[in-house]
Amino acid sequence: MLVTIDRVQKTYPGGRPVLRDVSLTLDHGQTLALTGESGSGKSTLLNLAAALDSFDGGEITLNGTPLSPLDDAGRASLRRRQVSLVFQQFNLIPSLTVAQNLSFHARLAGAEDARWSAHLTERLGLSELLDRYPESLSGGQQQRVAIGRAMAARPKLLLADEPTGNLDETASANVLDLMLSLVAETGAALLLVTHSQQIAARLDRQVKLSGGRIQ
Amino acid sequence: MTLAIVQALLSHWRAHWLQLATLLIGIALATGLWSAVQAINAEARASYARANAQLALGQFDELRDPSGPIPLGRYIELRRAGWQVAAVLEGPYRISGRTLRVMGVDMVAYPTLPAMTETEQSATPPDPADVLTAPGRLLASAELAPLLRNQDNLPPVLVTSALPPDLILTDIGVAEDLLNQQGMVSRLIVLPNQPRNLPPLPQIAPELVRVSTSSQIDTAQLTDSFHLNLSAFGLLSFAVGLFIVNGTVGLAFAQRRGMIRTLRALGVPMQRLVWLILTELTLLALIGGIMGLILGFFLAGALLPDVAATLRGLYGAPVTGQLTLQLQWILAGVAMAVLGTLAASGHALWRLARMPLLAGPGVQTWQGNIKARGLAAVVGISMILGGALAYLSVGGLIAGFLLLAGLLTGAALVLPTLLSGALTALSRTATGPVAQWVWADMRAQLPGLSLALMALLLALAANVGVSTMVSSFRLTFVGWLDQRLTSELYLTAQDEDQGREITNWLHPQVVAILPIRNVELSHKTGPLFLYGVVDDPVYRQHWPLISSTPNVWDNVVAGEAVLINEQLARRANLWPGDDLTLTPVHILPIAGVYSDYGNPTGQAIVSMEQLDLIAPGTEARRFGIRLAPENASGMAQALRDRFDLPPRAVVQQAAMKAQSLAVFEKTFVVTSALNVLTLGVAGFAILTSLLTLWTQRLPQIAPVWALGLNRAQLARLELLRSVLLAVLTACLALPLGLVLAWVLLAVINVQAFGWRLPMFLFPWDWLWLALLTLLAALIAAALPALRMLRLPPADLLRVFANER
Repeated sequence: MLVTIDRVQKTYPGGRPVLRDVSLTLDHGQTLALTGESGSGKSTLLNLAAALDSFDGGEITLNGTPLSPLDDAGRASLRRRQVSLVFQQFNLIPSLTVAQNLSFHARLAGAEDARWSAHLTERLGLSELLDRYPESLSGGQQQRVAIGRAMAARPKLLLADEPTGNLDETASANVLDLMLSLVAETGAALLLVTHSQQIAARLDRQVKLSGGRIQ
Repeated sequence: MTLAIVQALLSHWRAHWLQLATLLIGIALATGLWSAVQAINAEARASYARANAQLALGQFDELRDPSGPIPLGRYIELRRAGWQVAAVLEGPYRISGRTLRVMGVDMVAYPTLPAMTETEQSATPPDPADVLTAPGRLLASAELAPLLRNQDNLPPVLVTSALPPDLILTDIGVAEDLLNQQGMVSRLIVLPNQPRNLPPLPQIAPELVRVSTSSQIDTAQLTDSFHLNLSAFGLLSFAVGLFIVNGTVGLAFAQRRGMIRTLRALGVPMQRLVWLILTELTLLALIGGIMGLILGFFLAGALLPDVAATLRGLYGAPVTGQLTLQLQWILAGVAMAVLGTLAASGHALWRLARMPLLAGPGVQTWQGNIKARGLAAVVGISMILGGALAYLSVGGLIAGFLLLAGLLTGAALVLPTLLSGALTALSRTATGPVAQWVWADMRAQLPGLSLALMALLLALAANVGVSTMVSSFRLTFVGWLDQRLTSELYLTAQDEDQGREITNWLHPQVVAILPIRNVELSHKTGPLFLYGVVDDPVYRQHWPLISSTPNVWDNVVAGEAVLINEQLARRANLWPGDDLTLTPVHILPIAGVYSDYGNPTGQAIVSMEQLDLIAPGTEARRFGIRLAPENASGMAQALRDRFDLPPRAVVQQAAMKAQSLAVFEKTFVVTSALNVLTLGVAGFAILTSLLTLWTQRLPQIAPVWALGLNRAQLARLELLRSVLLAVLTACLALPLGLVLAWVLLAVINVQAFGWRLPMFLFPWDWLWLALLTLLAALIAAALPALRMLRLPPADLLRVFANER
């Protein structure tokens, strides 16, 4: 099993519990849609799975590595080597060119592969944009760069938080197609947070969160 | 509606209290340093004016003898001929190592002085007969009175508050004894209401010249350049402070764009918004300005004693060491704060006023700044060229300062372009992704940090420039002292008889005795002190000539030529080969020009025989004594014991050098203090920029963190970024500072003080400054780095949150 989330609990300081005994698993090559209303805890769960944040109870195991004992540096290392992220706001690095953004994560992970990068650039239709800066790209183009950056490192797990939330219908469909085909091509697992039932329906499994619990 | 708008606008400061504090501190620092300098200048000028009023200086025409003192007989002749004149005898008087000025006036004829009126109206007025007849009375300030009362040989002292410090006012008869100038008068005051049909002056006293009030050189004129220098430093500090204001206001406005858009969408007219923001800025400027005035008052109070000592030492200018609060100073300081704040905020306000209602929310775009940066560089280069053109075409001190202002402001404006170029070049050397990101990120941060870096550039360049000038001056001055102070001992006898007795006793025991005799003459450029020299190898070998004709010393000792100091040469544009008019009948060719640092007045040297011809009977009480250095201490003691001389009457060369150096160091205390303060302000500007940019940093740092760099790494990179930018700025500040030093040495000093100094380089000082800069940058970046280190992941995650 690639990801095991076992009775995880999370409460933000001064607030009510966001996640209550959430458990789920995700295997290699599987795709899973996490749905639920705003504030249901789906983004929090994704952040915990990405080792971006710590949890209060339970355990998350990623490719056999339990996350709770890891310190800041250990979690950072895990993010570099095993996990990739795609955000709704794209979160590209504005001061780097498209080419530099594309290779950034792979180079951080020490997993740069020129042939794979070239293939990805071609697949994502970014060949003509490599010297441009993110601010000059459209939303769809920026999200394609973000997917390219994420997949260039050949992660075992791709985590995507509303990746099409800022895009129009055509661009959304385009981005989702690309993500699913690239995940299938690399054998990575995909955990995707979405509001859209239409998008969720295209993934292998769907899990709905409500009030911090799986329904 | 207005109240609602005000509430909305003020809510920004509630949420960004650190930004508010930064803005107020920026205004306070800018106003504080500027006001401190203005307070010092105003106090000094008030002291000069007070002294002029207290001594009736510059109110009446005067009669002077260009060749020296006027015999008392001439005064009597003038009075008998009906001229209403009052005699004044003045000169320096040393007590316990302190040089005081004695001013002896004809108490009957001289216009009534405030000090006399005050004494007469006191609870215990002196008997007029006591003041006019021996032993007479001395009038002095309360601070000076105890020193005078401790002397056995002085008349009783009357205390008055209406006299400048370091001045003794007395009857001319008493002054004759104190100054050992019996039967002599320094100048004659021409009183108003002269009778008709007076015989013309040339008939009675052809050697006297009448000097009108307008051509009398007063202390304020003499010290003008010193105050101008201080003002220039104050202005530099003010400009550096305004960089903070500009940066903070710019960011605050950028952060408020969303709010402004919303307010406008809700129907608030832009004009009203602009007026309200202007009012808000004015109020903030008033608060910051008042804080600055308080800071400036205390700073001026701390610096004034040193400035007063410098002005007294360098120019003999009477300045009290105490500061008084003046309404004019307060109003000027507040006005500077308000105008400075509005000027520094003008651009940001203008952009806000022109912002389209549906403008995007972006605070700053990465590529959008390139155009603005290019424009700033063009303006900067134009300012540098404009300053140079002003200096080359107009010349003079003001043009010199224009050159300085053009250089500094222009270089500051060019800085972002230069830094961006340097960062682009350096980024090409980056191999790893992190290094690549760091260089690119630094370039992206430049627009936000450039104002702070400009402030740092100015502060560093001023530091390099001024320290190079001061150190060059020090080095030259020490070498010059070695050349000028060639005698092992300097002796001042009590009178000429004792002088003769001492020289007779010394002759067989020492290598040479060099009399030091001088007389004050008048030249069209101001006072001229004429010295006589005897022929001695020490002059030929050591005298610091900077320009001369062949056989210079042969011609001087033969009485056929004169030497002049650099100040007189530059002021009167007289150089070897030209003639110097010492008196109408004594005109000598100039054989050489010598350096004479620290002396504001003109000076000339002739042979002793010539001096006796020009001004017969000049006092012969002071001597330089040349002997083997190892015998100097023993001889000094022997002289004191044998002739019952006070310790200060025999001074060794080393002590004289130490004393001269101490005066020199004091002269630059204020400059050094302002230098350090300016660097401190620049350091603060970096800190505030980093802190205010902090909120904008998160969206740039968070993705890198999410991609696998931990917070400790990111914190280290934050430190590195700040240090690298400071180092790059320091590298650019060094050549600018050296150009500044050259301008100060070759342009400003020549115009302001009349001497040109050679420039020396001090690489160790630069290294020290570079280390200080690194430290300042590290301290400034430490807080943001610490924040980064302690930043909860939740804050970073907020960047990725969809519902922000």
